[in-house]
Amino acid sequence: MATVGQACLILALLTCAYGIGASLYGAAAGRRDWVDSGRRAVYALAVLATAAFVILESAFLRSDFHYNVVATHSSTTTPTFYKAAAAWSSQEGSLLLWVWLLSLWSSLVLFLVRRRLRDVAPYATAVLLGFGAFFTSLLVFTATPFHTVAAAPPEGTGLNPLLRHPSMMIHPPMLYSGYTLWAVPFAFAIGALVVRRVDADWIRATRRFALAAWFFLGIGILLGARWSYAELGWGGYWAWDPVENASLLPWLTGTAFLHSVMVQEKRGMLKVWNVSLVLATGTLAVLGTFLVRSGILDSIHAFGASTLGVPFVSLIGLMIAGSVALIVTRRDSLRSEHRLDSLLSREAVFLGNNLVLVGLAFVVFWGTFFPLISEAITGTKQAVGPPWFDRYTVPLALVLVLLSGIGPVIAWRRATWANARRNFLWPVAVALLTLVLLIAFGVTQNVAAVTMFVFGAFVVAVVAQELARGVSARRAMADEGPGRALVSLVRRNRRRYGGYTVHVGMAVLFVGVAASTAFQHARDVRLSPGQTATIGGYAITYRNATARADYRGERLERVALGAVLDVKRKGRRITTLRTERGYYPSTAAFMSGSVVQGIFEGDATSEVGMKAGLTRDLWTAIRPDPEYLNKVIDALVAKTKNEPIDQQFKVVGNLLGTYRQGAFPAQFRLISSPLVTWIWLGGIIVFAGGLIALWPAPDAARRRATAGYAGRVARELGRA
Amino acid sequence: MDPSRKRRIRLVVALTAAVILAGALAYTSFSASSAAVQPSKLLASTNAGRTYQLTGKVVDGSIRHDGDATVFRVRDRNGRASVPVSYVGTVPDPFRDGREVIVTVRKKGSMFVGERDSLITKCPSKFTDKPASQT
Repeated sequence: MATVGQACLILALLTCAYGIGASLYGAAAGRRDWVDSGRRAVYALAVLATAAFVILESAFLRSDFHYNVVATHSSTTTPTFYKAAAAWSSQEGSLLLWVWLLSLWSSLVLFLVRRRLRDVAPYATAVLLGFGAFFTSLLVFTATPFHTVAAAPPEGTGLNPLLRHPSMMIHPPMLYSGYTLWAVPFAFAIGALVVRRVDADWIRATRRFALAAWFFLGIGILLGARWSYAELGWGGYWAWDPVENASLLPWLTGTAFLHSVMVQEKRGMLKVWNVSLVLATGTLAVLGTFLVRSGILDSIHAFGASTLGVPFVSLIGLMIAGSVALIVTRRDSLRSEHRLDSLLSREAVFLGNNLVLVGLAFVVFWGTFFPLISEAITGTKQAVGPPWFDRYTVPLALVLVLLSGIGPVIAWRRATWANARRNFLWPVAVALLTLVLLIAFGVTQNVAAVTMFVFGAFVVAVVAQELARGVSARRAMADEGPGRALVSLVRRNRRRYGGYTVHVGMAVLFVGVAASTAFQHARDVRLSPGQTATIGGYAITYRNATARADYRGERLERVALGAVLDVKRKGRRITTLRTERGYYPSTAAFMSGSVVQGIFEGDATSEVGMKAGLTRDLWTAIRPDPEYLNKVIDALVAKTKNEPIDQQFKVVGNLLGTYRQGAFPAQFRLISSPLVTWIWLGGIIVFAGGLIALWPAPDAARRRATAGYAGRVARELGRA
Repeated sequence: MDPSRKRRIRLVVALTAAVILAGALAYTSFSASSAAVQPSKLLASTNAGRTYQLTGKVVDGSIRHDGDATVFRVRDRNGRASVPVSYVGTVPDPFRDGREVIVTVRKKGSMFVGERDSLITKCPSKFTDKPASQT
C-alpha cells in the first residue's frame, strides 16, 4: 500500500502542475474548456490526497511498523484514539494533512463559484494549485510519509505522552483547517488583483471561507491553550512561545480583515487595506506552518533542524514580493469610492479596531522574531519574555474590547450627539455601576484588570441593549413572544447577531484572562503525607500516596505515581483532588533489558488534579521527590538488570507497593486562579457566535434554491 | 479647511504616531531583552547582574537536588562546554537528561541561578527530521 500512497502523491504533484498550466492558459486564451479542466484538476487533487491520507491513517491504525513514520511516532500500546492522531504528530503526516485539507477547501470554493467570478477564478485556481504543488513536492522529494523498511521493528517509539490529550487530537486539524482556509481568500485576492476586478465580489464569494478560517484557527488556538493548562504541569495557558504566536498572528490580521471588509462592502472604502490584510494573513498562515518546522527560533516545541527551511523561505518571499507588486501596480484600481466623513463614525471605529489588531500583530511579530532581528542588528541573539509582551498587549487588548462595544452601535458616516446618547447611555451606566461595585468589594489592586472588567461589562450591556431593542421591534411587528422574537431576529440577520455574540464571548474571555492573571495565587511546596499547605485561603493536605501500573493487553503502558489531596476552606471540607505523574516506558531501555530503567527513563507527564468552578479553579500537580525516587530506581536497576523480564515486572509491582505505603515527600505546584473557566466559556460563546454567522441565512438559502431551480428551468426551456 | 489639506495633516499625524510607537517598541525590546546564549559563550564572558537566556542540553547524569533547588549542568547543543544551573520551582514534565532547555539565568558566584518559572523544556516529538535514535 505504501507504493500506492507514494504513487498518489506523485500523481497529485503532476495533477497540480497540469491544473496550473490549464488554468493560466484557459484564462489567457479565453478557453473555457481549459479553465474547467484546471478546476477539475483541483477535484482530482482532493481525491488523490484523500487516498494518500487514508493509506497513511490505516497504517497508523494497524501499527504497521514497516512505515518509518509509524515506527517513530506510534506503538502498539498507544490507544487507538491517539494512533489516529499520531499521523499528524509527524512532519510527514502533518504536511499530508495540510495538502489534504487544502484540496478539500479548494474543491469546495471552486465548485461554489463555478458559474461566478469567471475572470478571477482561473487565477485563484492556479494559486491554490500552486500551494498544492509546493506541499506535494515536499512530500514527494523531502518528507515522504511512505518510506518503508523491509524488516519492521517489533515495537514503535510511541506517541509522545504529552500529546495524549483529547485537545491534541483536534488541535492540529483545527489549526491546519484555519491555515489552509486562509489560502482561499488569499488566492481570490490575487486573482482579483491580476484581472483588476477589485470590487467586493471576490470578498462576498470567499467571505464564509475567511470566517471559517478565523473560526477553525481560533478553536485550534483555544484547544492548544486548554491542553497547556490541563496537561503541561505548569498551570498556565499562554506562554508567548513562538509556536503559539505563529498561530495567533494570522488570527489577529484575519480578525482585522473580517471587520474591515464590512466597510468595503458597505461604502467601497479601504480596498488597499483589505487586500493587504488578506494577503498578509495568507502569508502569515504559511509562516506559521513554517515556523513549527524551521528551527530558526528557540521554542518550547522542539524544532527539527529542518531541510524545509529554504523551500519555505522561498515560498514566503515569493508570496510577499508578488503581493506587494500586485498592490503597487493595481493601486489606481484600488482607490476608495468614498472618504471617511468623520472620526465619530462606524467606519472610523472599524479602522481603529483594525489598527489595534494590526498593532497587536506587529507587537507579537516583533517579539517573536526579535532574536533574529537583534542578531541582525547587534550580532547577538536576544530574546524578550512574557513581561515585554504584556507591556504592549494589555493596553491594546483594553482598547480592542472598548472598541468592540462602540463599533456595533455607532452610526455609519457620522454619529450625532443624539445617536450617541441613545446608544451609549445605558451601557455606560452599567460600566460605571460595575466600577462602583468593584471598588465597593475592594477589587482595586490591579488597574488593568479592573479596567478590563468595566469595559467587558460595557460590551455585554451594549449587546444586551441591541438584542432587547431588536426583540421589542420584532414583537411589535410580528406579534411574537420574547423567545420566538429573539430566534427570528437572529435568524434573519445571522451575520450581525453572530458578530454581537462573538463580541460578548471575547469580553468574557478577556475578563477571564485579566482575572486569572492579576489575582492568581501560585506556590511550589514539598509535602510529606499528612502535611498541609495553604493557598488563596484553601488548606490542602497530602492525605496519601497512590501508585498503579496501567497495561494495554500484556504490555505495560505506564506507571502512575500520585497523591490524594484533601482541600478545606475555613475548616470545611471542599473536595478531594487526585493528581498523578505518569511514566511512559522508553522502548530503547526496554530493549536493553531493564524494565525499571525503561519505565523511568521514558517520557513523563502530569495528570492535573483540578476543581474547576465558575468563580475559581484550584489546580494541583505532583512531582514525586526525584532525589528519593532516583535512589530507589538506581537500587532497583542494579538489583534487577540481570533478572529475566518477568521477574523485573514483579519488582515494578514491589516498587509501587513501597511507594503507596511509604511516607515519601513529593513536590507540588498549587494554584488558585479566579475565573479561568470564563476563558473557556468565552471561547465557547465566541465560536457559537462564529457558527451563527457562518450558518446560511434561511432567506439566502431559499434564494439560492430558487435561483438554482430557475436556472434548471431556463436550461430545460433552452433545450426545448 | 481644505479637505485634501485636512487629509494630509491626518496622515502626517498618524504616521508620526506610528513611528514614535514603533521606536518605543524597538527601544524597549532591546532594553528588556536577555541575550540568548549557549554555555560556551557564558563561560567566555558574563556580566554580573545581567540576565541571560541560556539554551542548551541537560548534561547526562548531572541532575541533583539541593534542598528546594534542582541543580544541573547545561551544555552546548553541539559541544562539551557546560555551566552549572541552580533552579528553584517546578520543572516541566519533559525535563530530563539530554533534553534541550531554555532558562533565564543570572550569575551568582560560580553558579548560574535560574529565574523562577523561566525553565522550559522542548517538547521532543515535534517534526524532527531524523528518527529519534539519530537525534
